[in-house]
Amino acid sequence: MNAEQGNTPTADDFLKGLWRENPVFVYLLGMCPVLAVTNSAINGLSMGLATLFVLTLSNTLVSVLRNIIPREVRIATFILIIATFVTVVDYLIQAISLELHKSLGAFISLIVVNCLILGRAEAFASRNGPARALLDGLGMGLGFTLALLCMGGVRELLGNGSLFGVAVLPAQFQPWIVMILPGGGFFTLGVLLLLINAAKARRQARAQTLEGAS
Amino acid sequence: MSRPEIIASDATPRPAWQMYRAMVGTGIFCALLIVAVFLYTLPVIERNRAAALEKAVLEVLPGATRFRRYDLEQPVYAAFDAGGELAGIALEAQRMGYQDTIRILYGYDPARQAVVGMQVLESRETPGLGDKIEKDPVFVDNFTALDVRLAADGTQLANPIVLVKPGQKTRPWQIDAISGATISSQAIADMLRDSTVRWVPLLWGMRSEFSADEEAGDER
Amino acid sequence: MNDAGLWSIFINASLVNNFVLAYFLGICPFLGVSAKLSTATRMGGAVTFVMLVASLSAFGVNLLLEWAGVPYLRLISYIVIIASTVQFVEMFVKKMSPALFRALGIFLPLITTNCAILGVALFQTNRGYDLLQCSVFALGAGAGFTLALVLMAGIREKLELASLSDVVQGAAITLMVAGILSLTFMGFAGLGAA
Repeated sequence: MNAEQGNTPTADDFLKGLWRENPVFVYLLGMCPVLAVTNSAINGLSMGLATLFVLTLSNTLVSVLRNIIPREVRIATFILIIATFVTVVDYLIQAISLELHKSLGAFISLIVVNCLILGRAEAFASRNGPARALLDGLGMGLGFTLALLCMGGVRELLGNGSLFGVAVLPAQFQPWIVMILPGGGFFTLGVLLLLINAAKARRQARAQTLEGAS
Repeated sequence: MSRPEIIASDATPRPAWQMYRAMVGTGIFCALLIVAVFLYTLPVIERNRAAALEKAVLEVLPGATRFRRYDLEQPVYAAFDAGGELAGIALEAQRMGYQDTIRILYGYDPARQAVVGMQVLESRETPGLGDKIEKDPVFVDNFTALDVRLAADGTQLANPIVLVKPGQKTRPWQIDAISGATISSQAIADMLRDSTVRWVPLLWGMRSEFSADEEAGDER
Repeated sequence: MNDAGLWSIFINASLVNNFVLAYFLGICPFLGVSAKLSTATRMGGAVTFVMLVASLSAFGVNLLLEWAGVPYLRLISYIVIIASTVQFVEMFVKKMSPALFRALGIFLPLITTNCAILGVALFQTNRGYDLLQCSVFALGAGAGFTLALVLMAGIREKLELASLSDVVQGAAITLMVAGILSLTFMGFAGLGAA
């Protein structure tokens, strides 16, 4: 955590959330929406964007108010702020597309208890300036969106033979229906984590052999 | 599951008014924001809802161009064709399916004494099996002319809707089940049977009371 | 309005649409607290209890909000209600039964951010359950949560003894086991239809 290094926004505030500190793949934060709404790429993307919106705005607002809010009531205030933005996003999605609102269902409201958002408010936004908090929110939100899109893409491709509703695999392909069922969500995430672990382990092993050689 | 971090807290307790100020201030700001967004999006949302309902009603009643809502024991939507004649009545039915409650909207045409269209509004049936109730063309064809003729005395159906095995439909009041999705098909057949048994005699009796004319039906 | 039977609601909430394995609610404690059987059982008990209380409070609050005509405050009110319910339950249990408090104590604060509780409140509102249906729904959801947690803990205790490659250790294997459990629970589908 590089939180206490002054208040100049750096590119790293934004970039770290995308991969190195990816909230889903590295910290396993906010698992409910990651598994629940990723049965298609479009659902994953919309959920990710909704979370990005809430996360960025709440991060910024928390950061702006960080010196006015006494420590004793900070969690209550953060939750209030987050719940407000979630309500806002809920109405905005209803106004944009009822269809989308129906397929995401109660999970839009459940963004409120996404540990990622409260976690960032507490760990980053409440002790850094608005510019850095904004970048952090954008980066973490984008990292979350990427993860959701990735999950949704894999599941829709294998489970339905399509991407964003457009059939991409040949008609002979027998869809793995299990992938769009709840169980498929667990499997996909499990396999993705496995691959990431394997990549990390290999990189470490290579670094060690390099050290040994020199 | 936020990572544990030691918070550099200043030990001196703050005066209570600071806490009140923070909470009340945030509360007022949040309330203003929510109400503003709510008021701004409300008309758009209502328009979306109305459009979705209109699309569904007009789809289950071929030939209809507009409709009016009548609040009986449940809302029913009387739809009219371009000439102002009653094209049919659409109403909702629901029942527990394989996974969760299935909600449908179906259209009843008194002139043909038949169910002339059905649309699934809400279902969480298994993709690839149970969700064929929405997609399978053969199954959906069941509902383009499903006979719900009244018996001679006009108080009950001559032949309540029944589900038959796939491909064995011989009578106009039978529904062909989908093979591999018997429970979902059964749920649709059951909710249609229950709803038609109850509503068709009623709607038939008051078919002349539905009117495209605004003033005539407003008292209902 | 919803006229679903009570038994059907219970079976549906606990088995067919299990909160953890079908709706993915309460995944955080599911992955976090399911390593040991004894903690899993207690956590399940605490969640079920809070669910019931929160569900009834949410029902009352919803009536109040409908009466006042301010549906847009629902989410905020539910969050506040759940947080304060947990606080009250904590104080109440501490006073009434110190033994129970020792058993459940550390789990109670964790429950505030458990999405399964908010999920119960939101789903019951969406489906328009009445008071009795709400309480049965909350009990069913709690029973389902406990069942999933206990099953998972049982499997993970066995898993400790298995020789696994380092790469799959931790969250990866837990998620895959959860996937298999979730598929198993699909077998319950159709039970609630009767």
